[in-house]
Amino acid sequence: MKTIYVDNAATTAMSDTAINAMTPYLKEVYGNPSSLHTVGQTAKEAIEDARARFARLINADPKEIYFTSCGSEADNQALRSAAYNGLKKGKKHIVSTAFEHHAVLHTLKKLEKEGFEVTYLPVSESGLVTAEQVERAIRHDTALVSVMYANNEIGTIQPIREIGAVCRKAGVVFHTDAVQAVGHIPVDVKADNIDMLAVSAHKFHGPKGVGALYCRKGVPLNTFIDGGAQERNRRAGTENIAGIAAMTAALEEACANMPRTSAKLKSLRDRLIDGLLKIPHSRLNGDRDKRLPANVNMCFEGIEGEGLLLLLDARGICASSGSACTSGSLDPSHVLLAIGLPHEVAHGSLRISFSDYNTDEDVDAILQAVPEVVAYLRNMSPVWEALEKGEKEHLI
Amino acid sequence: MALYSEKVMDHFTNPRNVGKIDDADGVGEVGNARCGDIMKIYLKIDNGVITDVKFNTFGCGSAIASSSMATELIKGKPLDEALKLTNKAVAEALDGLPAHKMHCSVLAEEAIRAAIKDYYDKNGIAYDKAQFPEPHED
Repeated sequence: MKTIYVDNAATTAMSDTAINAMTPYLKEVYGNPSSLHTVGQTAKEAIEDARARFARLINADPKEIYFTSCGSEADNQALRSAAYNGLKKGKKHIVSTAFEHHAVLHTLKKLEKEGFEVTYLPVSESGLVTAEQVERAIRHDTALVSVMYANNEIGTIQPIREIGAVCRKAGVVFHTDAVQAVGHIPVDVKADNIDMLAVSAHKFHGPKGVGALYCRKGVPLNTFIDGGAQERNRRAGTENIAGIAAMTAALEEACANMPRTSAKLKSLRDRLIDGLLKIPHSRLNGDRDKRLPANVNMCFEGIEGEGLLLLLDARGICASSGSACTSGSLDPSHVLLAIGLPHEVAHGSLRISFSDYNTDEDVDAILQAVPEVVAYLRNMSPVWEALEKGEKEHLI
Repeated sequence: MALYSEKVMDHFTNPRNVGKIDDADGVGEVGNARCGDIMKIYLKIDNGVITDVKFNTFGCGSAIASSSMATELIKGKPLDEALKLTNKAVAEALDGLPAHKMHCSVLAEEAIRAAIKDYYDKNGIAYDKAQFPEPHED
């Protein structure tokens, strides 16, 4: 059975380009970049070369790029740094949104316990926040605004440039978790008025275990891991050279191919959305247009998402869901609740996220499988029976 | 998939006794859609013996597998024996459930009790109320 991997928002397969960029640093160039000898300095040059190339891809200065072990680490470091530096000036307020990734939400929860006050902006039904909302929420004691570039579950792209402008005008540090955006849509930290931005390599066919933090010149950045002087004293630990080289190569490739892949992915996405919407009592979650090219997120009433995933997996289709059973708690995804979906509807969600490795045939196979699996689960669902008999009202 | 045992996957992908019994003698429904699990069990009872059983379930893989296994375990059994079925026995018969899925087997036990209680109530059969605690608001 052919595997149809459509969970690329969770992680991607590494590209050959990324793997090939990695191997020299696993084999020949094994030196520690902090060593003074030739072997070490060759490694050092490789990192600085990668930093310059990486910076160019998001229109940053090389000195504004700090390599990290993952996107979550970059988010943690950025948020804590901006919060603590704000606190030094008596600023204890943070503005964010209700549907951030847990790398941001859980860090903010901890900061709340430490005495910070966080305003979580509500998200519209279509999964968007506005610059006006941010502007209204900013106070004289706001230290930081954090709004994700694109949502990991429903794929909605936020008006980052406008939000950044509002923050810049108010003199508030603006952080964005851009893990789902970089490598997928054009990101320009200068034009977008971004102060801090988190990136993760494995979302764009790079390796796991490496990410980056952009921190604009002039915005103070605290040390996150104490130890050696790596990353200009901001993050100790011998650098993951192979990972950094592979991430940079993967991002170069993703950016160079973006015009082609973006058009292709949008066509796969739109055909899948149109096809799945033919299933009665289904809905698309998140704005249809302000949406990542590769993201599809649907709800099907009367069924639960885990069963859907397992039955699709049995047919070789690897997808994701925001149901409680897949989140490991009794509540469905906080993102789906944030856009106002009732619990019982949110339980029946399905996320399909494509990559360039997917094909039209994959869409055909998904469009064949999903309606059958949904019908099968509905047929044994007492909730669906009650809906069909009119004992319960359809919510979608 | 390593999340579930082969038995769970078997009962999830080929569930036994799915469906409804239109002239059921007892029907039990437990759980709620908000939390993501609803189980409905239909019993056909003849002379104190469960002659047929069907289920409908809204829920995850382990909820459907638990329903399927529980119906298999009580089919053809006298009511007093069916009442002795525990959630642990359902989980064991499935070669175990992940810890955070044990509540699915609890729902199966409760759905069967609710269906038997419904049969007793409908037929004016006296029973020990202690045998039928209120189902969990899972």
